[in-house]
Amino acid sequence: MTVTPDLDARFRAAALAERLVDVRYDVVDSPVGALHVAATERGLCRISYFGDAWEEGLARVFGVRVLRTPLDDVRRELDEYFAGRRRSFDLPIDLRVAPFHEAVLHELARVPYGKTDTYGSLARKAGRPGAARAVGVVMNRNPIPIVLPCHRIVGADGKLVGYAGGLDVKKHLLELEGAMLPE
Amino acid sequence: MMGTVSKEPIPPFERFYLVHRDEVLGYLRRLLGARAEDAWQETFLRALRAYERLQHGRHLRAWVFTIATNVAMDELRAKPQPFVDAEPAVELRRDAFKELEHLTDDLPPTERAAVVLRYGYDLPYAQIADALGSSEEAARAAASSGVRRLRRTHDRHT
Repeated sequence: MTVTPDLDARFRAAALAERLVDVRYDVVDSPVGALHVAATERGLCRISYFGDAWEEGLARVFGVRVLRTPLDDVRRELDEYFAGRRRSFDLPIDLRVAPFHEAVLHELARVPYGKTDTYGSLARKAGRPGAARAVGVVMNRNPIPIVLPCHRIVGADGKLVGYAGGLDVKKHLLELEGAMLPE
Repeated sequence: MMGTVSKEPIPPFERFYLVHRDEVLGYLRRLLGARAEDAWQETFLRALRAYERLQHGRHLRAWVFTIATNVAMDELRAKPQPFVDAEPAVELRRDAFKELEHLTDDLPPTERAAVVLRYGYDLPYAQIADALGSSEEAARAAASSGVRRLRRTHDRHT
């Protein structure tokens, strides 16, 4: 006995309408691969390039009531970004990180589309000059890449350095934004 | 190992749902026929309402069958009654059940749930008792009485 897509969709919609869900997620196709995206009632809380133990990770932070449902707003804004029609995101954000991470990510969010900044500069702006390495850790653990644009942060010598989604993805995003010339 | 308690973590609801949704729908179809879909949705909404109060992830299959049984009983307007059966217990082999399964529609609700859970889903009587809100003896008696009734019906038709 198989549950039909229609019955399945009705259940998921009813669960949301009753506000029984801690965190919902969806998988969005993009030019840089499938993106796992998640949101609470407060806003977008995760974007990941990987789906390994994805639901378990969400459950640990946001609660066990994890349910897959369409996240149409997130999908639309990401589609527009990758089509070059959107330069900043209007999605509400639910950021649950330690204070230093929050300060750094707050500054990160102000780095404009099509520009880059350095780890050291971001450390200074977050009130911790000299903490470039710690900023690197914050970038690596950025819960909402793309929307919080850690791909715009590069080394003092202009090298791309690293990226959770891989350097190819970082390069793709910077080229898309015109911050880097395609090779 | 000494001093270690096996702790089964509660899976994220999505995983629990994907594992059990089809089986529960099948069970409710057997109990309720065409009315199964509403009962199925209500079952998983009840599970979701209770989910964050779970203490561990053991016996989740029996737990969701319990909820489904409660929903079905509500639907059939028959709360489980204390069950008395003086006759010796009757058991059935699984292949024998396949021959009788189509006749379960005519059983009283409690017997029907007990028989289907025992022979259709292979649940132990302790868990069927939980599902029916009765003692293990009562669950065994309900299944046994259901089997006798099935056999009588079967014999009348052959």
